[in-house]
Amino acid sequence: MSDLTKLTLKAALAGLKARDFSSVDITKAHIEAIEQARGLNAYVLETPDQALAMAAESDGRLARGEGGALEGAPLGIKDLFCTDGVRSTAASKILGNFVPAYESTVTSQLWRDGAVMLGKLNLDEFAMGSSNETSAFGPVINPWRRDGSDAALTPGGSSGGSAAATAADLCLAATATDTGGSIRQPAAFTGTVGIKPTYGRCSRWGIIAFASSLDQAGPIAKTVEDAAIMLRSMSGHDVKDSTSLPVEVPDFASYVGKSVKGLRIGVPKEYRVPGMPAEIEKLWADGIAWLKDAGCEVVEVSLPHTKYALPAYYIVAPAEASSNLARYDGMRYGLRAGGPSLTDVYEESRAQGFGEEVKRRILIGTYVLSAGYYDAYYLKAQKVRRRIADDFDQAWQTCDALLTPTAPSAAFALGEQSDDPIAMYLNDIFTVTTNLAGLPGLSLPAGRDAQGLPLGLQLIGRALDEGTLFSLAGALEKAAGFTAKADRWW
Amino acid sequence: MSEKSKLIQGRTGPWEIVLGLEIHAQVASNSKLFSGAAVGFGAGPNEQVALVDAAMPGMLPVINRHCVEQAVRAGLGLNAQINLWSRFDRKNYFYPDLPQGYQISQFKDPIVGEGVVEVERDDGTTFIVGVERLHLEQDAGKSIHDLDPNFTYVDLNRAGTALMEIVSKPDMRSSEEAASYVKKIRTILRYLGACDGDMEKGNLRADVNVSVRRPGAELGTRCEIKNVNSYRYIQQAIEYEARRQIEILEDGGSIHQETRLFDPTKIETRSMRSKEEAHDYRYFPDPDLLPLVLDPAWVQSIKDSLPELPDPKRKRFESQYGLSHYDAGVLVADQARAAFYEQAAAGRDAKLVANWTVNNLLGRLAENGGDIETSPIPPEDIAGLVKLIEDGVISSKIAKEVFDHMWAGEGAPAQVVEKFGLVQITDTGAIEASIDKIMAANPDKVEAAKERPQALGWFVGQVMRDTGGKANPAAVNEILKVKLGL
Repeated sequence: MSDLTKLTLKAALAGLKARDFSSVDITKAHIEAIEQARGLNAYVLETPDQALAMAAESDGRLARGEGGALEGAPLGIKDLFCTDGVRSTAASKILGNFVPAYESTVTSQLWRDGAVMLGKLNLDEFAMGSSNETSAFGPVINPWRRDGSDAALTPGGSSGGSAAATAADLCLAATATDTGGSIRQPAAFTGTVGIKPTYGRCSRWGIIAFASSLDQAGPIAKTVEDAAIMLRSMSGHDVKDSTSLPVEVPDFASYVGKSVKGLRIGVPKEYRVPGMPAEIEKLWADGIAWLKDAGCEVVEVSLPHTKYALPAYYIVAPAEASSNLARYDGMRYGLRAGGPSLTDVYEESRAQGFGEEVKRRILIGTYVLSAGYYDAYYLKAQKVRRRIADDFDQAWQTCDALLTPTAPSAAFALGEQSDDPIAMYLNDIFTVTTNLAGLPGLSLPAGRDAQGLPLGLQLIGRALDEGTLFSLAGALEKAAGFTAKADRWW
Repeated sequence: MSEKSKLIQGRTGPWEIVLGLEIHAQVASNSKLFSGAAVGFGAGPNEQVALVDAAMPGMLPVINRHCVEQAVRAGLGLNAQINLWSRFDRKNYFYPDLPQGYQISQFKDPIVGEGVVEVERDDGTTFIVGVERLHLEQDAGKSIHDLDPNFTYVDLNRAGTALMEIVSKPDMRSSEEAASYVKKIRTILRYLGACDGDMEKGNLRADVNVSVRRPGAELGTRCEIKNVNSYRYIQQAIEYEARRQIEILEDGGSIHQETRLFDPTKIETRSMRSKEEAHDYRYFPDPDLLPLVLDPAWVQSIKDSLPELPDPKRKRFESQYGLSHYDAGVLVADQARAAFYEQAAAGRDAKLVANWTVNNLLGRLAENGGDIETSPIPPEDIAGLVKLIEDGVISSKIAKEVFDHMWAGEGAPAQVVEKFGLVQITDTGAIEASIDKIMAANPDKVEAAKERPQALGWFVGQVMRDTGGKANPAAVNEILKVKLGL
């Protein structure tokens, strides 16, 4: 039965519907796989009893010929999504054993559509990190290893658990979130597909906030079409989130396989950063060639403010985070430490509850919002943000989507960059711009480096034009023919 | 009130007080500014708390349209500019009764801009106060420090409730003016139904900015007195604070900008925190909320539906009913009073009705700590009383007696008159008999009156006394004049 975990989401849904196997069957297979893969540290909480109960209910619906778009499919949930009655931690000690009395909008839509929850997935603490090493539960280990090496690699971050679990067949697909690249970079590092949709596509209600104006949920999946199927269920207007967009949800999967002939693809020259590995240069060139072969017109475009994106991001995101994380004060839930005075409780709870990277970002954020610095940092960063959005608007005059690498490197070893926050922040260099501009960005695996590690290409589209991204990604997926899986060592 | 009399005499000469107020008015609303939790007085602790009010992880604010409408109504009532584009900011600080660790407020772009309010002083003269802005913000919860010696308890029922903060320009020059301004704002808000104005419950409270200067000099350094919640406290706090500042300045010292608290038991203000200790609130636009964009047509429809406000109503009362500026002011100070008056005045001598309403009824109610809502006398009975006077059934003097019986709940005016036999005597026979009797008993006075017609008044008084005040004074006068040969 264990080969059920190897199925794509689409194939599994078809098999479930045809009753080739039951939801309980495929759920059990995943539960077993998860138990055997604990060394990857992808799940911070396994919920097998709940999973089997949900699967049994799905089987009931399937037997009656009913069921939603994800009926019976076992999924992993990033532990940034609040789940009713199930511990939700953001991989932070400060939340302790916090159990929400509510379900995030995105996950409630998955359950509405019949999905089964396998458990909660590891992440960087409060989604702040690019390597999963800031998690209070310890890092996730990438199922991929360099050829001939058993060095533990990062799965990327912050959605490292979601990416590793999907890559290692510990779920059919997973929810993830992306504030500066947290879906796309882990997808690239693990040979999976991830899409950060347009800001406002998915409700943020019930997702533990990192940086509200940048946070956006999206899926990590095994194929482009799986990602499209997931995104459809995750999307939709939600009156509980004022920034959620009141727009219809397209059938994203219907775009996969559509002809991309005549589409104009922009290649932003500013993304050719100095020191980019030749393998990534080559991958990018391959991508361009594949799209040309598919009938696309490729044009060079300029996004002149790109170089300011990362600094602006590392002002805006920490600023919002410093305020969003003020609620973790030891008063109402989560960790409470310290002595009899109020200041003691604040200081000790937050000192013990937050990890180093979260503290660093709270400090940066507090600093840039302080009187006398606000104009120089936060306000300036907002202006940069506007310029970056304008750059994209300009680009859309001459192209329909952009093609870039997802990350400047393949997965690196755990510990390799953890002492150098700047090097770590550079992981987001190709991905933050879409968050700043609110645009959709998709990463798909398109090749491997000399050591056998997967590499990702990123497609960036116009606001609400995820459909075009899925069409292009479908074409690239077909051309790249990336079918490699990590050799099982765990 | 002359300009001079507002000055405070110090040891070294006169000083002028300069006052600006920030009024916090709770928006009259069934639910909170950004959550669906109920708002109400008297619920048990933490019974009116939504997930977002308790700042549970991942919870998001959603603006309450009704509260926005109330702010627009208030802005229109203050003759202020309505900003069609405004924005919410976060004001960041830590306190246990502030679950989010920030208050959602409006810092740079408030929903309402500059306005103007005309305020009446107690003596009936008026002055103008500029409104700087009005913005919407969340209230905090309540910290309760006195339930336990070791712990502070927190009640989040109030957390997230909508407040309107109305910031005045520094346009007031005395504690009386400040109190009058608050009264006027309260009246306007109550007319609009935007705030119930209940100061005892803290639904309307003020921060008072006080500074002093030599007349005509530059503005002095101000101190802000936080959260004063009655007219009396506002005046006391200002008087104390102005004196304190003058003493420091006259001793050669200088004022340090700071936040102070008013202690109503000791009637003094004391330092809460200095400018150096002031929080850095790190304001920035709340990324969970979109800018608030108002449709001009919606604002116009609100404008069209506003009730008649106190200033136009006062002018109408003066012109339509011929009332004095003072009486009209008293009547329009409260919407219920004005409505009571208009009901009573319909078809009657409007000025007489105003006299009876203002001088007798409201006076009596005030003595008993009530207002028009608690009046034991309905408007139709004031109208009935005035009609009896108009018809000459009772004299004004008797009317006072009738009013006392009405106040005591002894019936409508006509019933009272009948029950107590208070009908005015217009029967000339009875009056003549009384006059004859008095003239016979006082021949000396009769002689004196013939020489000195002013003595007539003495006879009138005697007749009135003899008839128990029921004699028609006009008839008495006329008959006396004939009998005394004047």
